[in-house]
Amino acid sequence: MIRAKFELSFPGFSLQAALDIPARGVTALFGPSGSGKTMLLRCIAGLEHPVDGYLEVNGETWQDESKSIFLPTHQRSLGYVFQEASLFPHMSVRRNLEYGYARTPAAERKVAWNHAVDLLEIGPLLQRATDRLSGGERQRIAIARAVLASPGLLLMDEPLAALDNLRKREILPFLERLHQELAIPVLYVSHQIDEVTRLADQLVLLDAGRIIASGPLAETLARLDLPTAQDEDAGVVIEARAAAHDTRYHLTRLDFSGGGIYVAHSALALGQDVRLRIQARDVSLALAEHQDTSILNRFPATVMEFAGTNNPANVMVRLDAAGTPLLARLTRRSQHQLDLAVGRRVWVQVKTVALME
Amino acid sequence: MAFTPDDWSAIRLTLILASLVTALLLLVGTPIAWWLARSKSRWRGPIGAVVSLPLVLPPTVLGFYLLVAMGPDGPVGHLSQMLGLGLLPFHFSGLVVASVLYSMPFVVQPIRNAFEAIGERPLEVALCLRARPVDAFFSVALPLARPGLLIATILGFSHTLGEFGVVLMIGGNIPGKTRVLSMQIYNHVEALEYTQAHWLAGGLLAFSFVVLLSLFLFDPKRRVF
Repeated sequence: MIRAKFELSFPGFSLQAALDIPARGVTALFGPSGSGKTMLLRCIAGLEHPVDGYLEVNGETWQDESKSIFLPTHQRSLGYVFQEASLFPHMSVRRNLEYGYARTPAAERKVAWNHAVDLLEIGPLLQRATDRLSGGERQRIAIARAVLASPGLLLMDEPLAALDNLRKREILPFLERLHQELAIPVLYVSHQIDEVTRLADQLVLLDAGRIIASGPLAETLARLDLPTAQDEDAGVVIEARAAAHDTRYHLTRLDFSGGGIYVAHSALALGQDVRLRIQARDVSLALAEHQDTSILNRFPATVMEFAGTNNPANVMVRLDAAGTPLLARLTRRSQHQLDLAVGRRVWVQVKTVALME
Repeated sequence: MAFTPDDWSAIRLTLILASLVTALLLLVGTPIAWWLARSKSRWRGPIGAVVSLPLVLPPTVLGFYLLVAMGPDGPVGHLSQMLGLGLLPFHFSGLVVASVLYSMPFVVQPIRNAFEAIGERPLEVALCLRARPVDAFFSVALPLARPGLLIATILGFSHTLGEFGVVLMIGGNIPGKTRVLSMQIYNHVEALEYTQAHWLAGGLLAFSFVVLLSLFLFDPKRRVF
């Protein structure tokens, strides 16, 4: 568990955050810029010293002002990946990697040198000077450097923000592999919902220095009372499993609690777990199942809740498809024409599904 | 032979003085520069100003106060006598103390600028990689400040090499003890030995030019003068 409580104020900004999250998987700290995500991360790292603070990570107390405990940064078992790679310019790539590795007592080394180097595919870069690297390479090295200090908690502050879209796509698979292969809990700061939906298991939402929600990703994204539901890209993630390949039409069927979803053929092994993202604007509702439509993905669900949106013409609907929450954005006119109300059984039609892989 | 034995003695003394003072200044000036670059204390301004004072203060003024302070009735004089060191003025040790103070800003300022240019980030990265603060200082801050340290060394050395006013006030002109190069040039001119003066003055001129040129060649983008 990570239990934290910080109160910190600067002129024009204050952070009042209480956090209680499982120390496993990836927890995204999500919110607009200036919401205090980075400050929260710095407090956890001990780079800021909030006057009023409590922090417990994996059962170890890192800070407890009531007992005057404040563990300095270098004694906290953590890794920090900054927005800019911040490689030491006076050292080669290899010496950058060795910096934290050499300072980790052998008994505490959980990440093997070769494992990290192979995982991030930086073997060929080891002898290079740091100014002869692309932005993506620099960030991969920064990640490997942090991981090689065998941290008990990895803090990542928008590690992709300084990269263009192409480089981002280059790094994302590495982050996913990191997540799968190393059992290091990650706190991942981002203001990009697509990064969050791809990587995170837990979601913590921040706004103006306050934590406004915290919980499992799918559940939290489906909440209508949060600003995420107001976002143009609002949507849910669904955990599904590759069930069948349709060779004739080049499709793959993925099963989830609410039924089956077809996506363009994907080289998934049958039985493999995948994450799907369905945006609210791609979901439409019907009162009966329509066979005469080109929309392939249709399944029944129950209307659970309505909420207004920033646009008065629209309404956001939360649905339940046999335990899986979904969001749909409709016009108010459609809502009235279909006479939609809470508890109503409807057919969900999904136009686009994004496979998060 | 261009130099008289007295000239050689002055040259040797000056080189020893400048080397010793530079070494002491790097030892003392680096922590001061570090503090000035990173402290958020309200004393940072006043202490920064005191360190920089020799930049604007006439050397004779500095020398005069040092003479008083290190004299038999001055606080430094009391201390040095109590420690059994005797009185510092008109001794080589007095020249060392005075030169350290006099050349301080020329060493502290470039190092401070270098530390400020590094910023917080590399040190934070080091701390997050299990480095203790002292470790981070020696393995990250100091190597990254190397250009500033080099400039500080060169400026501190050459500035000490040419000092006159302070030496005159507290060191006098004692051959082999406190008679440095600039003194010796003055003595030659007084005695109308212009050829001798030319050799020493020309040597210093050439040396200073080479120093500044080497600074430029070392880093053409950095303007130190």
